[in-house]
Amino acid sequence: MSQAEHTGTEGAVTAHTETTGKAGPPAAASTAVAGEPRARRPQWTLGLFHSELLTTLRRWRTLALLGVLAAVPILIGIAVRIETGGGGGPDGGHGGEGPAFITQITNNGLFLVFAALAATLPVFLPMAVGVVAGDAIAGEANAGTLRYLLVAPAGRTRLLLAKYATVLAFCLLATLVVAVSALIVGALLFPLGEVTTISGTTISFTEGLLRAALIAVVVAASLAGFAAVGLFVSTLASSGIAAMATTVGLLITVQILGTIPQLDAIHPYLFPHHWMSFSDLMREPLYWDEVRQNLGLQALYAAVFGSAAWARFTTKDINA
Amino acid sequence: MTAVIETHGLTKRYRGGQLAVDRLDLTVPAGSVFGFLGPNGSGKTTTIRMLMGLIEPTAGSVTVLGGTMPKAVSSVLPQVGALIEGPALYGFLNGRDNLARFDAADPTADPRTRRARVAAALDRVGLTPAANKKAKAYSLGMKQRLGLAAALLQPRRLLVLDEPTNGLDPQGMREIRSLVRELAADGTTVFLSSHLLDEIEQVCTHAAVMAQGRLLTSGSVADLAAGGRGRLTVITPDTGDAARLLKESGVTELTIAEDRVTGDPPDDTTELSDITAALVRGGVRVRGFGVERASLEDAFVALTGEGFDVAG
Ligand SMILES: Nc1ncnc2c1ncn2[C@@H]1O[C@H](COP(=O)(O)OP(=O)(O)OP(=O)(O)O)[C@@H](O)[C@H]1O
Ligand SMILES: [Mg+2]
Repeated sequence: MSQAEHTGTEGAVTAHTETTGKAGPPAAASTAVAGEPRARRPQWTLGLFHSELLTTLRRWRTLALLGVLAAVPILIGIAVRIETGGGGGPDGGHGGEGPAFITQITNNGLFLVFAALAATLPVFLPMAVGVVAGDAIAGEANAGTLRYLLVAPAGRTRLLLAKYATVLAFCLLATLVVAVSALIVGALLFPLGEVTTISGTTISFTEGLLRAALIAVVVAASLAGFAAVGLFVSTLASSGIAAMATTVGLLITVQILGTIPQLDAIHPYLFPHHWMSFSDLMREPLYWDEVRQNLGLQALYAAVFGSAAWARFTTKDINA
Repeated sequence: MTAVIETHGLTKRYRGGQLAVDRLDLTVPAGSVFGFLGPNGSGKTTTIRMLMGLIEPTAGSVTVLGGTMPKAVSSVLPQVGALIEGPALYGFLNGRDNLARFDAADPTADPRTRRARVAAALDRVGLTPAANKKAKAYSLGMKQRLGLAAALLQPRRLLVLDEPTNGLDPQGMREIRSLVRELAADGTTVFLSSHLLDEIEQVCTHAAVMAQGRLLTSGSVADLAAGGRGRLTVITPDTGDAARLLKESGVTELTIAEDRVTGDPPDDTTELSDITAALVRGGVRVRGFGVERASLEDAFVALTGEGFDVAG
């Protein structure tokens, strides 16, 4: 028997005498009934989010995904470095093929941040988000832990909100991992200095850094719509693997649809349609139009698929 | 006594068409240790899932601690600890972090006392030495204990335990039984499902028997076992004299088998010691004397049939 028994919250007296192993008479003998109603705590939703985030980050899978994302800028950096013969000379003229911003990297390591985000945004970043979002509900349902969260009782709406908030936090974290890794590799392999914008003007390195931070946040926000799609799929599936596979499959399908010119009419409604608009934030002055369209589209997806996930999850029979 | 759990016409038909629970009327009195018995597939877990608001009944109603489920889950469930169809754990977290995770999901749990409550719960189920081990490295019995610990993170008014001793060693089973008695002594109502009849007989005050989704019977364990009446047994080589003297003392339905005379004891007002005194005075060599309660197992088999087949 432990003395910690007396830590029951808010006056819920544990009428616990030292009765180890003794078969006592029921109820009548005790002075207070165990487990009287306790008040709900106002900050509790934050506590659930915190627990959710911590649990997600302690999954081996999450760490592996972040590791892969951190490796992408390293690969790009090394490839560019080898390509340019290690001289770092000012031969980085325009007209180079390949992903955006790649050609400027040799002049300024900061451009590796933009190049790495441009390279990971179409596939790697959303794939990682799809895995985490797809697993969010279905993985716990499959493992059975979902039923214990629900009888705790986490509350279905709150749990879903905490899950979505966690996936959004992961979007931001994943983007930051790419950006910070790129910044470190860029600083190690290439010179740093003033930044030439797409418009041709020059801004200070500090302002360049701020632009990079702004772009990282916008890139993370670009993933919000897809995150909601993944969460919705997760409420439908009964196994985490199936949900992850479906979510990633959906991403690839939509990316392919986006490249078919005959489907022009639907392109503006596909969630990746405006993803690359983040490069407009490298103009002088900042050009917000398409970025705003992108964020609006993400909000629309989040609202539609978030509601669908809510409708499904709050009425679902939890059998696993 | 007020009812802690009450169901009326509770019915669950799964999507495949399987009728798992069929018009169940169940009343669990406050302060009882309630045994929920039934063969495999008789609908015990399905009933528990409906009690906990995890699945919606097809028809009928469930009231737990005065709240209608599943509507009242947020106010009712913080006062309920549950183990449903075995434990489910985060394999990549250790025992302590698993409990902290489930505690964080409880809206009424105070994060400042979490460490102490987690430690106390681990201590209660004897898992303190394995608290830092990853749950995926736990044995079946250790997982079961951790699941129980999760149900004991807070003082509870009701504990719902679905086969709590599943996978436990004999020592563990004894501990769980004494834990259940201890909790009951504190005023917690315990609702536990089991296949182990002697377990139910040892710890439960009340029991209900299910078969194929239907409630066969329910009541106090003493009443269920042979309608509340035990059999009086005298072991003696002088069976003839014993039978005669017992009959004079008011014992009925006498039968003699080898050195054993059994019969229904007279009404409660007669002192059993008077009967032994009469036997001794009559010169009967009494080698054994006692009232044997018919076992719950006899009652159970009589109700559900010898062939313990699962419901199709
Ligand atoms: N998710 C489900 N979908 C369809 N049928 C189900 C589902 N879960 C259970 N059943 C069926 O419902 C019936 C009752 O099952 P339940 O799990 O409630 O039995 P139980 O009494 O808990 O059995 P056990 O003693 O083996 O744990 C069984 O016939 C089973 O096949
Ligand atoms: Mg069961």
